[in-house]
Amino acid sequence: MFKNILFNRPFEIKRIPGFQSLALFTFACLYGPILILIVYSFNSSSSLGVFESFSFRWYVAAWENEKVQEAALRSIYLATIAATIATTAATMAALATTRTKKFRGITFIYVVINQPLMIPEIVTAVALLVFFAMIKIATGYQGMMYLIIAHTAFCIPFAYLPIRARLESMDLTLEMAGADLYATPWKTFTRITLPMIWPGIIAGFMLAFVISLDDVVISEFVKSAGQETLPTYMLGQLRRFITPETNAIATANIVVSVILVTGFFLLTQRKK
Amino acid sequence: MTTTFKIDSDDSAKKAANVVRKAQSKDIRKRWLLSLPALAIIFFAAAGPLLIVVIYSFLEPGDYTGVIWIFTTENWFNVVMERDIFDDNLVWADAHLSIFWRSIKLSLVTTVMTAIFGIPTAYFIATRSPKSRNIWLFLITIPFWTNLLVRTFAIQELIRNKGVINKFLQWVGLTNEPIEMLFTDFAVGFGMTYVYLPLMVLPVYASIEKLDFRLVEGAYDLYASRWQCFKKIIVPLVRPGLIAGSILVFIPCLGAYVTPRILGGGHQLMFGNLIALQFGQGKNWPLGAALSLTLMILVMIALIYFVKVTSSDEKKNV
Amino acid sequence: MKIKLISSVVAGAFAFSSSALFAAGELNIFNWGNYTPPDLIEKFEKEFDIKVTLTDYDSNDTALAKVAAGGHGFDIAVPSNSYVPIWIEKGLLLNTRVDLMPNAKNILPQFRDVSWDPGRQYSAPWQWGSTGVSVNTKFYKGDINTSTIFLDPPEELIGQINVVPEMMDVMSMAIWYHGGEVCSDDKAMLKKVNDTLVAAKPKWKSMSYGNMPKYAAEDLYAGVNWNGSSFRSRLETPTIAYGHPIEGYPLWQDAVVVLAEAKNVENAKIFQNFIMLPENAAMMSAFARYANGIAGSEQYMPADMLTAPEIVVPEELAAKGKFVETCPPEVTNIYTKIWTNLMK
Repeated sequence: MFKNILFNRPFEIKRIPGFQSLALFTFACLYGPILILIVYSFNSSSSLGVFESFSFRWYVAAWENEKVQEAALRSIYLATIAATIATTAATMAALATTRTKKFRGITFIYVVINQPLMIPEIVTAVALLVFFAMIKIATGYQGMMYLIIAHTAFCIPFAYLPIRARLESMDLTLEMAGADLYATPWKTFTRITLPMIWPGIIAGFMLAFVISLDDVVISEFVKSAGQETLPTYMLGQLRRFITPETNAIATANIVVSVILVTGFFLLTQRKK
Repeated sequence: MTTTFKIDSDDSAKKAANVVRKAQSKDIRKRWLLSLPALAIIFFAAAGPLLIVVIYSFLEPGDYTGVIWIFTTENWFNVVMERDIFDDNLVWADAHLSIFWRSIKLSLVTTVMTAIFGIPTAYFIATRSPKSRNIWLFLITIPFWTNLLVRTFAIQELIRNKGVINKFLQWVGLTNEPIEMLFTDFAVGFGMTYVYLPLMVLPVYASIEKLDFRLVEGAYDLYASRWQCFKKIIVPLVRPGLIAGSILVFIPCLGAYVTPRILGGGHQLMFGNLIALQFGQGKNWPLGAALSLTLMILVMIALIYFVKVTSSDEKKNV
Repeated sequence: MKIKLISSVVAGAFAFSSSALFAAGELNIFNWGNYTPPDLIEKFEKEFDIKVTLTDYDSNDTALAKVAAGGHGFDIAVPSNSYVPIWIEKGLLLNTRVDLMPNAKNILPQFRDVSWDPGRQYSAPWQWGSTGVSVNTKFYKGDINTSTIFLDPPEELIGQINVVPEMMDVMSMAIWYHGGEVCSDDKAMLKKVNDTLVAAKPKWKSMSYGNMPKYAAEDLYAGVNWNGSSFRSRLETPTIAYGHPIEGYPLWQDAVVVLAEAKNVENAKIFQNFIMLPENAAMMSAFARYANGIAGSEQYMPADMLTAPEIVVPEELAAKGKFVETCPPEVTNIYTKIWTNLMK
């Protein structure tokens, strides 16, 4: 104690001993496996232990693989539609549940919307398997609608949260000014509210898009014949054949994630 | 004159109140309508099917698949107890119980491990300069947004017999034989820690960021030791973030399916895999339904416990 | 403008969801993983202008569970012989009168009329083979023609064994190991079987299906395996040998059947007929390295298949291989209970 007064040591609370090294170690561990994955995707030999030389051969193989093409296209298609519908529904729900006194039932709405986040995915997947099986037998319809609805459902809470956050931090006065100036509620919405929450909506859309793109469990249980998504295709491959082709697909996946995260960051970090 | 005036003002007051009430209920109705699409979709494809699962858990299993519409509580019974196949005795369902225990154990271990690595990381990020802080946040978010499969696959590559770790150890000369890592409980725990780490870092970071370091500096100036500062000030203020992070890690771990399937080799089953088994080789949908609901109940208990801890925290801190 | 956008998205959704975008027809095949030659499918697609989708499964039980649940969308499945009567009895199959198809005359005489499909009406033969043990002889030099490899593993192999998750195959081997009869419900014998399996399980590394890369990577040293799969592993790693357990090992034949719920029945029948041509049967065998049931295919098959130890069984062991019959439901239930207990 006297030491501190005597030598006037600066306060170094930012340096809890060991924390910095542990943190950097964690970062290294977090990125290590991913980087190894990426490096081996450029391995020219198919052995997963030895790195021979640099080559794009697995990317070419994956690109030309029909099944991969189909699965990738289907995943993107599914994610786009699911994210769009989910974001629309989430925007409406966010507008309904924010900036208001607690009315009766608001907790209910809030709980239902966040329900997919609380329930383990396997439970939902199994429930959907059972439920959709009944519908499939009754109607004979086999198409993509099951996957689309299932994805939309679990995307809604992910789209909801950023939009809600944005709404809550918004200034009501601008909208009231619009109302004072005799703008109709619809005009107020489209001209004032919407542009202001637009970053939140885009962020919500991107989050929903990524979540849908990455979904494995629910897709695995709900899909019908020939409806492989990229993750279910990879799951199948992981259980059987492991070639660096899988590494190549995984790397492509990572690249997409990075692009989306960057976009998300640029959108949400911009303060007013 | 005075009387009528009074009635007038009463009336208009009532009318005013009425108008406000009507506007409010119109507003509420509008809000319900706006929420309707989201509610409908989720009911149809998330909440609703759960009701069917509840019903199925009380039916008898059909041959190979499906159900027979006969009421029975046998499935719920079978979640914890079973009839021995050979001597018809009532015994504890060993297999199920060991899987429950393994799931809870692994989830707790993972939560602790992610906390051990996550708290320093979150602290580190929060104590960077605001500019570089964003970059670090960006770096921690990327794995979070990367596909779960990809990350689990990366771990598998790492710990296989001929994987990177074993190769390195042999190259350095520390070991001669490859160390068995894949397909063990360790592999599953390691994999889950890796996968869920960002989920612990982010809420803890949010908590630490809100921390006013001047409080800590003040305490330090008042001759508290660094460790006391940490224990008495930082930890309590960070606790909400820690609890949120624990929930975010513990609950998905409990219901994990993909990671144990890939890293567990098909016979280190966790809860999620056990449930899935019933809809495949297990051929017992009602048991699968009952197990599913059991998992949900466990998750709810964990949630309630965490919420209680958080709110009692809030009460204390106020 | 917005309405146009929405309606075109919706229309696109429905278009995508209704299959067949390009080809004249479609066929959805449900088969074991890594078992259908890509070049065979390509040949079929070109010849008949049919687009084929392939979905895979890793055990008979998984396949049956998925199909019996309904609403799966498959046209063709390939169950093993011991399961075919179950599929027929549950009404899951269409009787396509395979015996009347033009190429049916190519079926080998011993497979023309089989106990699981009398008169060969429902199924066309895919490939057939045996289930035994694969051992990487680099790590174990002892006798490999025995089920002790996985039921009571030698020191060197403990912890490096895989058992394929195919219930009837493994149960049969375990039952014969104890001198019992498959499909018997002798509780005393079954208890011994159960105990042996449960005691052996901790010595196994995994119970999974896609093994070939793991044998090659030396992640596995030994395990229960099918002869063709072992053959393919040997082609990559010459030290991998296949053993026919002397206590008894199962023979099986996979059957190509058309599902009752199939939407593309005509295309499915074309496929059944297609694989009964010798050249096409040979393509199957060349890919997965199993024998097939079609006469005249030897001339198209790779030469090493005619002499491979996985296919040509030594005299003293040949008699120990038996085709597994279908057991009555009550017995299957007991077996399922033992099996699911084991899997946990």
